[in-house]
Amino acid sequence: KIKMCSFVRPFLLSVILTSMFSLLRSDPLLPPSTQQVHRDSLVCASQPPPAQYGGRHTVTLIPGDGIGPELANHVRELFRFCCVPVDFEVVNVDSTMASEDDINNAIMAIRRNGVALKGNLETNHNLPPSYKSRNNLLRTTLDLYANVMHCQSLPGVRTRHRNIDIMIIRENTEGEYSSLEHENVPGVVECLKIITRTKSLRIADYAFRTAREKGRTRVTAVHKANIMKLGDGLFLECCKEVASGYPEITFDSMIVDNTTMQLVSRPQQFDVMVMPNLYGNVVSNVCAGLVGGPGLVPGANYGEDYAVFETGTRNTGKSIANTNTANPTAMLLASCLLLDHLKLHAYANMIRRAILSTVTETRLHTADLGGQGSTSEVVQSIMKVKNFTVTF
Amino acid sequence: MSSGPLMVEVWMLSVDLLQEQKRSTSNDLMQTVTLIPGDGIGPEISTAVMKIFEAAKAPIRWEERNVTAIKGPGGRWMIPPDAKESMDRSKIGLKGPLKTPIAAGHPSMNLLLRKTFDLYANVRPCVSIEGYKTPYTDVNLVTIRENTEGEYSGIEHVIVDGVVQSIKLITENASRRIAEYAFEYARNNQRSSVTAVHKANIMRMSDGLFLRKCREVAENYKDVKFTEMYLDTVCLNMVQDPTQFDVLVMPNLYGDILSDLCAGLIGGLGVTPSGNIGANGVAIFESVHGTAPDIAGLDLANPTALLLSAVMMLRHMGLHDYGNKIQTACFDTIRDKKVLTKDLGGNSKCSEFTADICRRVQDLD
Repeated sequence: KIKMCSFVRPFLLSVILTSMFSLLRSDPLLPPSTQQVHRDSLVCASQPPPAQYGGRHTVTLIPGDGIGPELANHVRELFRFCCVPVDFEVVNVDSTMASEDDINNAIMAIRRNGVALKGNLETNHNLPPSYKSRNNLLRTTLDLYANVMHCQSLPGVRTRHRNIDIMIIRENTEGEYSSLEHENVPGVVECLKIITRTKSLRIADYAFRTAREKGRTRVTAVHKANIMKLGDGLFLECCKEVASGYPEITFDSMIVDNTTMQLVSRPQQFDVMVMPNLYGNVVSNVCAGLVGGPGLVPGANYGEDYAVFETGTRNTGKSIANTNTANPTAMLLASCLLLDHLKLHAYANMIRRAILSTVTETRLHTADLGGQGSTSEVVQSIMKVKNFTVTF
Repeated sequence: MSSGPLMVEVWMLSVDLLQEQKRSTSNDLMQTVTLIPGDGIGPEISTAVMKIFEAAKAPIRWEERNVTAIKGPGGRWMIPPDAKESMDRSKIGLKGPLKTPIAAGHPSMNLLLRKTFDLYANVRPCVSIEGYKTPYTDVNLVTIRENTEGEYSGIEHVIVDGVVQSIKLITENASRRIAEYAFEYARNNQRSSVTAVHKANIMRMSDGLFLRKCREVAENYKDVKFTEMYLDTVCLNMVQDPTQFDVLVMPNLYGDILSDLCAGLIGGLGVTPSGNIGANGVAIFESVHGTAPDIAGLDLANPTALLLSAVMMLRHMGLHDYGNKIQTACFDTIRDKKVLTKDLGGNSKCSEFTADICRRVQDLD
């Protein structure tokens, strides 16, 4: 009898402690963060919750090329330091291989886990057309139809324009990136740009839903329908159709060349912008440049069932790889978007607050922001900044 | 006898010749330029430019023509034959803004001009104007855009209801032609580098062909540095540091977007010159802003864009001194800030702005 007592009490104690611990781990008990300003989470109602075993999430990590691997390591380091309940399943993709096995493995891993954090994979554009862009393959196979980039002016970063707050929603799977090209006559190449009603309606709906959820008041469609009357005309028509269902949101449209001109003179006039693939590429890069460069803006690719997070402007940074000078902010903010997607909001906000307070510190700016700090210094400072205690 | 009237004729001819010589300061031959005033503010800014050229004593004789579309034999729309004949003769044109009619049944006039004279290159030099402040200073680049094919071929089909395909056409000849023009321009204007802008990672065959042609042409111009850059990288770097770019050459759509982006960097379309180069040595220089019907006829228009395009035209014709003189006078007026039109931030009339430039041009002599 005494033996059973001595056995039962510690056992009961451990059960109680474990259940308390797991309750602490799951976010609903924690008070929601009061700082809503930098929350970038958006959960599609139709998306199923990602994989979760034993309170820990598994996320696919594709390091990529150039500065990708070192930034991926910093993300893992930071997550370990903050005791974030995320395990990374690393899938290496060799972009120099002609076979598509590597990228197919990565796609399968993402299907398994539902979420991924990815570095950019380089595409050698001197190879023949049979070698498709690995990034594009990933996006189209997983049908990640919405690319969302939120460009905001950060307080510590000196730029020519202030008070920019633009959300760019770009169609990610069709348009000019259909990779359908042929050479009927030698010396004459035709490249097809495909615009469909279903995908245009889908992206327009996503844009308006996002605008409503974030309390945004205006959506601008960017197009070139005066020249491409049928293609961009269809896109514009779909946007107008969806706009009629959201009367509280103002909808207007602008031609892409005028848009770029307005962006460099008065970017504060834009709120949410929705556009097809190629214009999205141009506009997102212009906006990223306006708020401080490719090292600061994270990007997210959302689909019905999967979500992949990466840096907003998708650069490999080949020339600065392994020099410890890359700016880790974009990748780390992307990992915060990942945490928001996994509903680990407390961790996300904690890390985001630390990153943003580090960015305001000019002596820690990396070369792209005009400073002389190194990547590891920035990451160390982020880890030092906050006391990483989970309060309740 | 009959020598009387003959003597009079000889006398009148010599008077004419003397007057011609007085009009041009040096022994430059008078060159004819077809002037297309355009609509809206077009006529007043064209008059302003003519006045300034007269003050500078530039050896230019203007031939005014109208280009409203008319229906030719066979039902095809075309520009009036006298305009075409004048352009073919003079080879150089200066055009003001043209109204794009919405329901007139004919295509835009700019498109018609482009097709008639095969204007394959659109050249836009973007130089920061000292005195007209924008967040970007020290911009000094040129965008050269292929103007005939690419994404603007206008070939679109509805495959099934709800699925549209637009065709982007890239041909070897057009790519080679534009690349050759770009390198020639770089050489003639002492530019150090040419950058080809593309998206060959995604559009492998089409932009790949464009790139290959640029590389081939670059082999013949070893004195000019040649680089290639992705469109998104160019956009990213352009808004952060535009000084790293010199001459940019690209297909139609990227050119449209980038040239307007660069115009935005220096202050908008109201101060940006533009030139269209065609086959057979034809060149039409134009202002790319709109017709501004709300201020037409009120003497409020800003002639800077058309004036700078006219300066580009002078340089194209080899009359660099006149071009530099007029450009300096124009920039001095803007820098001085005393007589600026409303869009430049002042309160003066177009005629006052023009008069100030004329005065400066004469002082520079």
